[in-house]
Amino acid sequence: MAQGVNIENFSFWYGPTQVVKNISLSAPERQVTALIGPSGCGKTTLLRSINRMHDLTTGTRSEGRITVGEEDIFSAAVDPVDLRRRVGMIFQTPSPFPHLSVYENVAAGLRLHGLARGKEIAERVEACLCKAALWEEVKEHLHRPGALLSGGQQQRLCIARALAVEPEVFLMDEPCASLDPVGTMRIEELIGELKHDYTVLIVTHNMHQASRISDQTAFLLNGEMVEVGITKEIFLAPQDPRTEAYLTWKIG
Amino acid sequence: MQEIRRASYSGTREGLFHYITFLAALGLVALVLGIFFLVTMQAAPAWRAFGFSFLTTSIWDPMHNEFGAVPALVGTVLTAILALVVATPLSVGTAIFLSEMLPQRLRRPLSFMVELLAAVPSVVYGLWGLFVLAPWLRTGVGQFLTDHLGFLPIFAGPSLGIGVLTSSLVLAIMVLPTITAISGEVIRGVPTGLREAMYALGATRWEVITRVILPTSKPGIVGALLLGLGRAIGEAIAVTMVIGNANLLPRSLFAPAQTMASLIVNEFPEAFDLHLSALLLLAALLFLITLAINIIAAWFVHRPSPDATATDKESVWARLLPKGGG
Amino acid sequence: MKNIQKRKALGALFEVLCVLAAGVAIMVLALILYYVFRRGVAVVNFSFLTSLPTPVGVAGGGIGNALIGSLLMVGLGALIAVPVCIAGAIYLDQNPASKLAAYARFATRVLSGIPSMVVGLFVFSQLVLRTGHYSALAGGVALSIVMAPVITLSAEEMLRLVPSSQREASMALGATKQQTVFRLILPGAAGGLIVGVMLAVALAAGQTAPVLLTALTSRFWLTSLAQPTASLPVLIYHYATSPFADWQAHAWGAALVLVAVILVLNVTAQVLLGLINRRR
Repeated sequence: MAQGVNIENFSFWYGPTQVVKNISLSAPERQVTALIGPSGCGKTTLLRSINRMHDLTTGTRSEGRITVGEEDIFSAAVDPVDLRRRVGMIFQTPSPFPHLSVYENVAAGLRLHGLARGKEIAERVEACLCKAALWEEVKEHLHRPGALLSGGQQQRLCIARALAVEPEVFLMDEPCASLDPVGTMRIEELIGELKHDYTVLIVTHNMHQASRISDQTAFLLNGEMVEVGITKEIFLAPQDPRTEAYLTWKIG
Repeated sequence: MQEIRRASYSGTREGLFHYITFLAALGLVALVLGIFFLVTMQAAPAWRAFGFSFLTTSIWDPMHNEFGAVPALVGTVLTAILALVVATPLSVGTAIFLSEMLPQRLRRPLSFMVELLAAVPSVVYGLWGLFVLAPWLRTGVGQFLTDHLGFLPIFAGPSLGIGVLTSSLVLAIMVLPTITAISGEVIRGVPTGLREAMYALGATRWEVITRVILPTSKPGIVGALLLGLGRAIGEAIAVTMVIGNANLLPRSLFAPAQTMASLIVNEFPEAFDLHLSALLLLAALLFLITLAINIIAAWFVHRPSPDATATDKESVWARLLPKGGG
Repeated sequence: MKNIQKRKALGALFEVLCVLAAGVAIMVLALILYYVFRRGVAVVNFSFLTSLPTPVGVAGGGIGNALIGSLLMVGLGALIAVPVCIAGAIYLDQNPASKLAAYARFATRVLSGIPSMVVGLFVFSQLVLRTGHYSALAGGVALSIVMAPVITLSAEEMLRLVPSSQREASMALGATKQQTVFRLILPGAAGGLIVGVMLAVALAAGQTAPVLLTALTSRFWLTSLAQPTASLPVLIYHYATSPFADWQAHAWGAALVLVAVILVLNVTAQVLLGLINRRR
């Protein structure tokens, strides 16, 4: 089920501006890969390239290869709509659909892809909410609007919603940026669970978070990859002076 | 704060300045109250004379001082609703096309053009309806409908080119720019995050439109439609030009009819006493109906959404201002 | 699992319907402008713009008196509405939370929703019937009521855009409220106020019912504010509904002039607004 992500010599332009410069990175399956770096370093752009979110914006251009499993995502045989089902994404701001209940938010993807029918839907919704560690908190009010939950609950609802369509990879774009410490902790615990079944790529500003949850960390600066390696090694003994500067400035 | 306020009253010029602006603001309130009370006061004799039978009888006979507004009421409601039936798919479709399917570069000028057409005066829409649309409905489409669908009561009788159908179409064209502009604004106000969340689940663009964008902007679109309805109900000149002005219950879409506003336009010069009062009663009803519709519309447009992504209320209000018409 | 090709095809189908709707809507609206232009251009020339109407069957004739009448009544309307509405907007801006401000805002919004025909009948029954004659003055009053909400609401919005930091700085320098309004807020919002007035003028210029019911029309040059007065929209209405071909042709000519003026006003206002926003 889980698939690794392989990025080879990938570059990306917004109009004339190059924001990702010839990056190669391999995110092994069932591991958490953290992308860190200062604002504007291209980490979010890189993340959003993996599910071809940029196809929705005009004036963008990319070069290089990205594969999910064995498949080149830019090949003509790959439909971006189908790719996005296989590569789930969690955004910086929790975005439950405001017009739908908790239940319907999770069922949205099931209905979209016709993945379940009738009673099956209810079972799948419950399973996904359980997996997202939200079931106990919402089982009494499944039919209330999802937007009425707390920020952290909303984000877990979004994870449940993404789980429902059976993705192979999870992309997370600063999922805790708008959450309080308790909400953040719950999401981090959840990511620890998710990596048993999925490949996770996470963009984060929070160095502590990267060191706590990731197996592998990549440090980006000005669109270039400065360093990538096992998280512990990167944090304890960075090879590149720029990484060290960033980490010490950030941490110390 | 208290200190500053007191200080501002100290100088007499300051006091005068405050007083003048205060009077101006009061004047605006007084104007609306004045219009409402003077119109209803002058409408009162007709209401006393006929009461509810004004709203339930069909004879409108100024010669014998008998006034029943049913044909005008039916004509007003019928043309306005038909106009909305035609305008809704066109304007919502256009709004979707402009906001969701066009690249930004083309969207700006095209939306601007559509909005600009809201400023074209209604008499020009009436002129076009009378000399371009009406002949076309008389000969081309009208002939076709009478020949092939004439057995249906709604297409019974000869198509004269002017009547209920023509008025409804002219009204539909008139309200189209307004509904399109407001719906477009509401649609563009849907947070990018929601669109992206749906795309990220593996939805096609159309699925994003129907499952996220339209449901979340539904209140705003309903508000836009209500505003269009209010405008269609109050429209006078364009309708007067193409409805045929026959104070009868329309028997088919081709039949001439009358609306409340067109009745006033046609009869105000010769009206006095009870007749005038009856016309003012129509005006008072128009006032109340459009007021109610506009208040409900504003409530829909401004209804707080559950996730507090409030759009700029004032700019939406600016949209509610009339641009053309009259 | 639903077939993705099927879903895409269905989406494409409905998207085509949207394109069609937009095509129809834009085409119809373009068609209206096209007819106004084509039929109007055939009639409009210098003497059309400057002569009096002629009786049926007499060649020539134009819209000179209607043009002047419209200009005068719209000008009159602006003369009444602009000072009152801007003063009102200053009150709303200076006392945003007061009770009167809330009532005035609501009143303005109600006013903007009243059919202009009702405004016309109101002025007809209050001014025309009381004075005993249709007049340019009554027309101007009716148009001022039509313009009032546009000017007030746009002015309030424009005044509010003057940042509070600047206002506080002015007050801190010891300026009174009045000085702050006249030296800081009004000059700062001037461009926006002009845009609002232009839009109101464009709206008023196209009004038929309020003018028809108050100023009626006239075949002569204007000599006094107290007599019936011709205007472009009413002339279009009368000529269009007349049975005479040459009058009908003149209606198109007048429509071209009216639409041109209104569109130019609107486009200029939008361009101005764009400039103001860019500078901010």
